Amino acid sequence: MFEIVKREEMSGGTVILNEISAPLIAKKAKPGQFVILKANETGERIPLTMANTDPEKGTITVIYMVVGKSTALFKDLKVGDIYQDVIGPLGEPTHLEKVGKVVCVGGGTGVAVLHPITRGLKEAGNDVTCIIGARTKDLLILEKEMKAASHDLKVCTDDGTYGHHGFVTDVMKKLLDEGDVKLVVGIGPVPMMKAVSNITKEYNVKTLVSLNPIMIDGTGMCGGCRVTVGGKTKFACVDGPEFDGHKVDFDELMLRLQAYTEDEKKAHEEHCDLKK
Amino acid sequence: MAGADKKGKKEKILRQPMPEQEPAVRAKNFDEVPLGQSAEAAMLEAARCLQCKKPACVKGCPVEVDIPGFIDFVKAGDFTAAISRVWEKNSLPAVCGRVCPQESQCEGLCIVGKKGEPVAIGNLERFVADYERKNKKAALPAIAESTGKKVAVIGSGPSGLTVAGDLIQKGHEVTIYEAFHKPGGVLVYGIPEFRLPKEIVFSEVEGLEEMGVKLDCNNVVGRTVSLDELFEEGYDAIYLGVGAGLPTFLNIPGENLIGILSANEYLTRSNLMKAYRSEYDTPIIKGKNVITLGAGNVAMDSARTALRLGAETSRIVYRRSREEVPARQAEVHHAEEEGVEFFFLTSPVEFLGNEKGRLTGMVGLKMELGEPDASGRRRPLAVEGSEFELDCDLAIISVGAGANPLLTQSTKELELNKWGYIVADENTGKTSKKGVWAGGDIVTGSATVILAMGAGRLAADSIHDYLTLGW
Ligand SMILES: Cc1cc2nc3c(=O)[nH]c(=O)nc-3n(C[C@H](O)[C@H](O)[C@H](O)COP(=O)(O)OP(=O)(O)OC[C@H]3O[C@@H](n4cnc5c(N)ncnc54)[C@H](O)[C@@H]3O)c2cc1C
Ligand code: SF4
Ligand code: FES
Repeated sequence: MFEIVKREEMSGGTVILNEISAPLIAKKAKPGQFVILKANETGERIPLTMANTDPEKGTITVIYMVVGKSTALFKDLKVGDIYQDVIGPLGEPTHLEKVGKVVCVGGGTGVAVLHPITRGLKEAGNDVTCIIGARTKDLLILEKEMKAASHDLKVCTDDGTYGHHGFVTDVMKKLLDEGDVKLVVGIGPVPMMKAVSNITKEYNVKTLVSLNPIMIDGTGMCGGCRVTVGGKTKFACVDGPEFDGHKVDFDELMLRLQAYTEDEKKAHEEHCDLKK
Repeated sequence: MAGADKKGKKEKILRQPMPEQEPAVRAKNFDEVPLGQSAEAAMLEAARCLQCKKPACVKGCPVEVDIPGFIDFVKAGDFTAAISRVWEKNSLPAVCGRVCPQESQCEGLCIVGKKGEPVAIGNLERFVADYERKNKKAALPAIAESTGKKVAVIGSGPSGLTVAGDLIQKGHEVTIYEAFHKPGGVLVYGIPEFRLPKEIVFSEVEGLEEMGVKLDCNNVVGRTVSLDELFEEGYDAIYLGVGAGLPTFLNIPGENLIGILSANEYLTRSNLMKAYRSEYDTPIIKGKNVITLGAGNVAMDSARTALRLGAETSRIVYRRSREEVPARQAEVHHAEEEGVEFFFLTSPVEFLGNEKGRLTGMVGLKMELGEPDASGRRRPLAVEGSEFELDCDLAIISVGAGANPLLTQSTKELELNKWGYIVADENTGKTSKKGVWAGGDIVTGSATVILAMGAGRLAADSIHDYLTLGW
């Protein structure tokens, strides 16, 4: 049974943290890997990258934004409630090695995914600077945790309500100009990862991104998660979710993410109506 | 429905028809197509069997069910004795009676079939299994005294279920590990409800659980736990029945447009996730004009599912001709009756899409048959300049499956062949790794339910020998 042992609301209730009891997964999971969750019998299988794991307690933590019916259903779950199914750890872990100066760039809930990777890179002996951003101050998540996970944290808000006024990419550019950056890890909304990758390409700095296509099984069995990387089709669930940002076809990914948006919108509206 | 034969000596009984839902009706619902036979019809059908001394049918059965033996019980109306006889060799008769290619196995060799229609062995098998499921009269197989040995079965498809059933009866402790949230393998995620109601599969699995088999779903072996960790946990033997779960794509331009899915994805959404039922959340693309590429059982299942999800046209596009179609005849027949159209000798060249990245059509190329190739089949050759366009908003790629590398790659010492399938001894299922057996689609490539079960039975015998005698 996958019981929720802790629950937090962030970003004014639009982002939810669940710490879930899943001892087998907690023991095995490494930074960069994801799980698939299904709330109940009729629920959908939703992939979420783990934000934290605690092997001793036997728990994993996921942080997600409430965007559709399925995540709205997740949001309704309280401490003590259970997810019927949690499957993982899935995907290839981040390759954590010492390369020198590293910049980790996170946007939106991507910051949650970035958190264990940042910590891992720091533990591997890298000099890690972290840049996190959000539209506005209230939407920012995990500032404290990211500060602890890195050597230096820079915060941006699009509207200037907190930290640097502007995009994470502006700050990243400055760091790249200073030179010596060996690796950039960019995780967030697809347009942000695309922007990060386009810039780092100019600087010829290796860049990792973590992709979130639509998935079903998460074991390489359906091909629904296929993405084009360097002109080749890859299955994000087994070949990724991390890929070389300079090779990813982000435009195709953005389109493919829209496959079911119409249905999802309808389902979400119906779910919200029911609750009224 | 008996009729006099030509010589008029003895009244000859004709093959008893299987009542079915009307094509126009069933093409709009997910209920099972054949409705099942009455006890009277089954007994009449059983009376057609000649009770051969050297039954040819049994030679055609990969697990050698005592066919005349069980049929004789049906004839006498003792359905409980009949199911017990089938169970001796086949633990999933309700499944096999529905999905086995009988026309090329038992029924294909039946003597009665030399002059007329063969005995409907599949229908009889189905009848006795369904009868037992409803009436629950037969004694469950006896469980031998505990040996204290532990076996892990990876994958809950027909192969893994067979191994689990055999070994629990022999007194070993058995746990099945399954990656999906529900057991059954292809029987649950691939084969649609209208051909194999899921309730049947779950009832078989429940039967195993009642006998003491433990089931651990949501466990992706190779990720959640490794084979070596299972051995460390105290398992004495491991059986790999993980199936051939890797979709093949065509590698033609436009294949990543929205609206192009592997049959695995399409069928999993519909069958496992129940996307066809509104109370389930998983979405599915409901195409208006649907094209299925390929002509195996999987393709028939996809094309027929599309009709049931509201397609106005459902077309099968196949490179070769009707003669080469690999699907069971019954499936092709059912598909045609329901309105699936066939485009033979047509090869897909390219998919076309709009600015939103959605599929709008497919370019096909006409083929003609050339000289026979090494396999003796006439090879399709492209007719130059014969390209034409077909409108479609959903395309389902169903041109075969490969070996999923997830488990095999994470397990060193497992010898694989050049296609990535596990190399296992034909007679025992032993792999190159000590204490590990394999069978079913992960060894043979996509095959059939009954072959996967047959491999499971051989391996179970070998595992039992190992646990009691040594490697
Ligand atoms: C749509 C479709 C229609 C078919 N129709 C017919 C038919 O009419 N007649 C017929 O005889 N055959 C048919 N077949 C073929 C038949 O279903 C297969 O040959 C048979 O199911 C193979 O059995 P298996 O036990 O080897 O594997 P599968 O049934 O594939 O089961 C393997 C199981 O292992 C699980 N698994 C995989 N990897 C792991 C892992 N790492 N850890 C844990 N679990 C894992 C999978 O999730 C799956 O549940 C059809 C196949 C399909 C796809
Ligand atoms: S071959 Fe036909 S007639 Fe002979 S035993 Fe088998 S089913 Fe009966
Ligand atoms: S989610 Fe099915 S192959 Fe990746």
